[in-house]
Amino acid sequence: MDPINFVILASILFAIGAAAVLLRRNAIIAFMGVELMLNAANLALVAFSRIHGEIDGQIMAFFVLVVAAAEVVVGLAIIIAVFRARQTISLDEPAELKG
Amino acid sequence: MVSPVLFWIIAAITVIPALSLLFARKAVHVAMSVVLVMVGLATAYVTLGAPFLGMVQIVVYTGAVMMLFLFVLMLVGVDQREDLKETIKGQRWIGLFTAAGLGAFLVSVVGRVSIAVADTPAVGEPDVVAIMLFEKYVLVIEVLGFLLITAAVGALVLTHTPRLRPRRTQLEVQRDRVLVGADPVNKPMPGVYARHNALDVPALDPQGEPIVHSVSRVLKVRSQTQEGEEFRAALEDPSRKEGDR
Repeated sequence: MDPINFVILASILFAIGAAAVLLRRNAIIAFMGVELMLNAANLALVAFSRIHGEIDGQIMAFFVLVVAAAEVVVGLAIIIAVFRARQTISLDEPAELKG
Repeated sequence: MVSPVLFWIIAAITVIPALSLLFARKAVHVAMSVVLVMVGLATAYVTLGAPFLGMVQIVVYTGAVMMLFLFVLMLVGVDQREDLKETIKGQRWIGLFTAAGLGAFLVSVVGRVSIAVADTPAVGEPDVVAIMLFEKYVLVIEVLGFLLITAAVGALVLTHTPRLRPRRTQLEVQRDRVLVGADPVNKPMPGVYARHNALDVPALDPQGEPIVHSVSRVLKVRSQTQEGEEFRAALEDPSRKEGDR
C-alpha cells in the first residue's frame, strides 16, 4: 500500500484536532486537540520520510516532538494559573477580561 | 510497501478514538482515547521505518505528556462541567463546517498527488538518527536545549504562588491550642487500654468508667459503637462473663 495513504490519514486526524480546538470549551480538551494536530503533522513528516527514502523527515518529526513537549509544559502551567485565579478552565471565561 | 491490513488497523485505532475529542463528555475519557491514538501513531511510525521515533512517541506521548494531562485534570477536578451556552452565535456549526471543510480540502489535495516511492526505505535506527542529530542538526539540538530549559523555568514561574502570610511553626500551633482550651495531649485510644482490643468500645479509665470521647466520632455517626455499660456490669459482677451478652 502506498505510504501516501498515511498522509491522508494525517489530514483526517488534523481536521479532527482542528474541530476539537474550534468546538470544545474545556481548555484541556482543546489543548489535546492541539496535540493531535501536532501528531498528525508528525505522521505526515514520517510518511514523507518513507516516500523519499531520506531520514530528514524523521529528524523533523523528532524536533516537533520536543517542541510539543515544551509547549505542553507551558500550556498546562497557564491552564493551572487561570484555574487558580478564576476557578474554571472554560475557554469562554477569560473572554470577559476584554473591556 | 506497507501491508493494507496493517494500514487499516492503524487507521481504525487512530481515527475512532480521536473522534472522542469531539463527542466524549468527560475529559478523562478523552485523555485515555488520545493515549490510544498515540499508540496507534507509534505503530504507524514503526511501520514506516522509524522504529526509534515510534519508541520515543510511546515514551514521550503516552508516558509523559498524556499522564501530565491526567495530573492536571486531577488538579483542576475531574468534574469540571463544560458550559454549553454559545458566546458567539452559531459557533458550533461554523466550527464544524470549517473543520470539515479543512479535512475535505486536505484529503482531496493529497489524494490527487502521486509521488514515486523510494525503493530503499531509510530505516531510522537509533544510531543513524543519533549521527544525523549530532552532526547535521547539532545547532538545532542546542537551540532545543535552550527551549526546554526556558519552558521548565516558565512552568515554575507560572505555577509559583508567593507566601502571603508567615509560616506557622509547631510552637505557635501548640500555643493556640492551649489558649482555646483544647486538649493539650492526644485523646485516649479506644478499647485497647481496657479489656477490649476493638475500636468501637470505649476505653475504661482507672475507676472503670467508660471514656466516651475515646471512640471515633465517625463510628458514632454511623451508630457502630458499643456502650460501656455492659462491660462495667461485667466488671462489677465477676460471675457474669462477657461472652454472655
